[in-house]
Amino acid sequence: MSATLTSRRIFIKKMAATAAMTAAMTMFPGIIFASEQLAGISEGNLDWKKGPCRFCGVGCGILVGVENGKAVAVKGDPNSSVNKGLLCVKGYHQTMCIQASDRLTHALVKKNGKYVKTPINEALDLVARKMKSTIEKHGKDSVAMYTSGQSTIPEGYVASKLMKGAIGTNNLDCNARLCMASAVTGFLTSFGADEPMGCYEDIDHADYFITWGNNMAEMHPVLFSRMLEQKNNRGAKIIDFATRTTRSSTASNRSILFEPQTDLAVANAICYEIINNGWVNTKFVEDHTTFSKGLTKMGYGLEDNYSFTDKPTKINFAEYKKFLEDYTPEKVEKYSKVSAKDIKYLASIYGNPNKKVVSYWCMGMNQHTRGTWMNNLVYNIHLLTGKISQPGNGPFSLTGQPSACGTAREVGTFTHKLPHGVVTNRKDREMAARIWKVPVERIPAKPTYHATEMFRAVDRGDIKFIWTQVTNPLVSLPKTKRYTAGMKKDSCFVVVSDVFPTPTSDVADVILPASWHIEKSGLYGNSERRTQYWDKMVEGPGDTTPDAWMTIEVAKRMGYGDLFPYSKENHAEEIYNEYRQFHEGAKHGMAPLEVLKKESGVIWPYVNGKSTQWRFNSKYDPACDNGKDFHFYGKPDGKAVIWQRPYEPAAEFPDKEYPFWLNTGRVIEHWHTGSMTRRIPVLHKAMPHAYVEFHPDDAKALSIRDGENVKVISRRGECVLPASINKRGLPTKGQVFVPFFDENMMINDVTLDAFCPISKEPDYKKCAVKIQKA
Amino acid sequence: MAIKSYLAHPHSGQKEKLINELLALKNCEIIPAENKDVIILVTDTESDSDDDILKQHIETFNSLKLLALVSGFNTPKNDL
Ligand code: SF4
Repeated sequence: MSATLTSRRIFIKKMAATAAMTAAMTMFPGIIFASEQLAGISEGNLDWKKGPCRFCGVGCGILVGVENGKAVAVKGDPNSSVNKGLLCVKGYHQTMCIQASDRLTHALVKKNGKYVKTPINEALDLVARKMKSTIEKHGKDSVAMYTSGQSTIPEGYVASKLMKGAIGTNNLDCNARLCMASAVTGFLTSFGADEPMGCYEDIDHADYFITWGNNMAEMHPVLFSRMLEQKNNRGAKIIDFATRTTRSSTASNRSILFEPQTDLAVANAICYEIINNGWVNTKFVEDHTTFSKGLTKMGYGLEDNYSFTDKPTKINFAEYKKFLEDYTPEKVEKYSKVSAKDIKYLASIYGNPNKKVVSYWCMGMNQHTRGTWMNNLVYNIHLLTGKISQPGNGPFSLTGQPSACGTAREVGTFTHKLPHGVVTNRKDREMAARIWKVPVERIPAKPTYHATEMFRAVDRGDIKFIWTQVTNPLVSLPKTKRYTAGMKKDSCFVVVSDVFPTPTSDVADVILPASWHIEKSGLYGNSERRTQYWDKMVEGPGDTTPDAWMTIEVAKRMGYGDLFPYSKENHAEEIYNEYRQFHEGAKHGMAPLEVLKKESGVIWPYVNGKSTQWRFNSKYDPACDNGKDFHFYGKPDGKAVIWQRPYEPAAEFPDKEYPFWLNTGRVIEHWHTGSMTRRIPVLHKAMPHAYVEFHPDDAKALSIRDGENVKVISRRGECVLPASINKRGLPTKGQVFVPFFDENMMINDVTLDAFCPISKEPDYKKCAVKIQKA
Repeated sequence: MAIKSYLAHPHSGQKEKLINELLALKNCEIIPAENKDVIILVTDTESDSDDDILKQHIETFNSLKLLALVSGFNTPKNDL
């Protein structure tokens, strides 16, 4: 072995050891290693460049080691207050997929059923021509774009500007609809302003962490290790409230299991107990809240063109209290399978005025046919007790994707959204028209298709051109079979922009080769409202191009060049500077680019050179101007809403023919549909394929052995997977769990496309299946 | 080549035994924590199959409670 080879090998070993030591330091605060082990970790000739992690919504800061134009190492950014130098197993390996042998490096155009390598300019000509001719022939609403919570802020912004400002259609939605929409509608209905009021620093102050249907040890691992650090150091307690025993449950102080969908009832029972025991923070409730109820029995959105608009009615405290009488712990324990004692225990934590409590949740509450309600109900608990908007006290909805907040929610790549506000609001349309320099009449006032309905419209033939960016809907949509068949129809021209081939690119007419994260400059916004900028770190291969630039090139070719006056080299910066105008002011001010370039992310609202860590609390938030201690300024009356929301059953539940609940989700090794992480050898090897988890009693009753192939069958489709018994997770009896990362074991052919009528977010956690031996 | 790092958690009272067992292996380097029951383990093997064999062997140690992968680098030889 040559000297260089030896030193490279030693370097990699040191990196591996450092990663493990960092992990150990977080798990065991105060851990000591012999000092000689820590010394002399040579960093070679690497140039370390900062940015955010490509994967989850935690938004860890990373440093990428670049040598001779290649990314050769990744480590946690010690200056990032999010992760303080730590990363999870995905984070450390993220750049290892870039060089995968099947990387999409050139545009591919389908000709006579075969993909033909095509110069990028010709492919973009074709995309623009097709989009334009489709609009001329079938109208503006016959074309659509479907983007992502993994799109950068500039990418989301130009997609919105092209569709809403230039073309004049609201046919833009994104995959954050599948993971975050209920969180958004929850925030808007309760507070009138989206995104959490607190920040990750809450972890350092809370006495209790209550996680609602949320396996943070696998999905938000770095935050979970910060919680474990507080558990070990200060004796903070973690209570895991879930439908399945996971790595999070076993690391928690208590694990409480509930029957799927009954979280609605348990949350109401907690509120009942808080009121019944006199634990209400009366002054807070009187000063800062109002009470409302909405429509009930809304349906589940299972039919095409389903629509629903809630009609809120004001109620008073006495009416709300009366409503809660149906939710005594004794009544709720009968169907929730949570003992009255445990419900009272949970209520006593929230009700104790001397304990600080943070509630965390993610997909369990959001991917729920009553997801908006469920978000409202957890807010009710925090509002009744006044435990909100203070260090260590607050409800905190976590995001899944790295920029579900920054791009999907803040830039607004949903059909109803604009970069500031919503399309239905004239003032918001006027602001967009002014900044975009387009006539206000061009921006339609009515939302069109949310994600599920967009793909139904493709299947029906109503959408005749669709362009997807940074997303893989034909693995991630529920009831995928219908939508795969729809996307294959000749009635729709499909453009897919991606880094790797996926089942979605398999049905495309044009495949555009996208730059990966560090091959372009960009910005992401994480769960705690932190905006993070990064500079391009390495060159991408072949014709790979940033998605934002491809959108701009298509816009120019369609005749909208004057609206997209950005330069190829600096478009990310130029777009961000334009976008910032939408959020000027104390409520959402965003940091200038010069600040973002220096810092490892900055939390908005950024006011007078300072981040606002706790919104709505006048001690911390300069936007509060009602002269009181709290000001929920998202609502015209400055008050948050406590919602009366009942328990209602799931859209589909186990019966004689389909006797099991099917719950789907993620694993720590893989990022969503696995298109990146399955190309990282160490992650692929650690988790090579999906599986179906059983409770051992169910497996025994069905005579199923661990590893044996079984069929999971619903009314919509089936999927064959190996059984997993007593391994990573343990579902409750009568439930099976399947992760969705594996395109070769398509569990979403089996799931149901029922959604929350308010948020339109599908419920991937509940449908009925039967099991057969394969 | 495959280089991986793990946190090796010994069973209670078995840390010294686990250290000695790991030290006896050719492709392993360890960094035991001074004051906690955890050992950093870095493995360095020539191929994926060697790596599998080594991991399986380590997992047979009775002194080992849990082996948690932290990072792994798998660089093809010609890329070194
Ligand atoms: S926790 Fe999320 S953001 Fe942090 S390293 Fe892991 S995947 Fe990346």
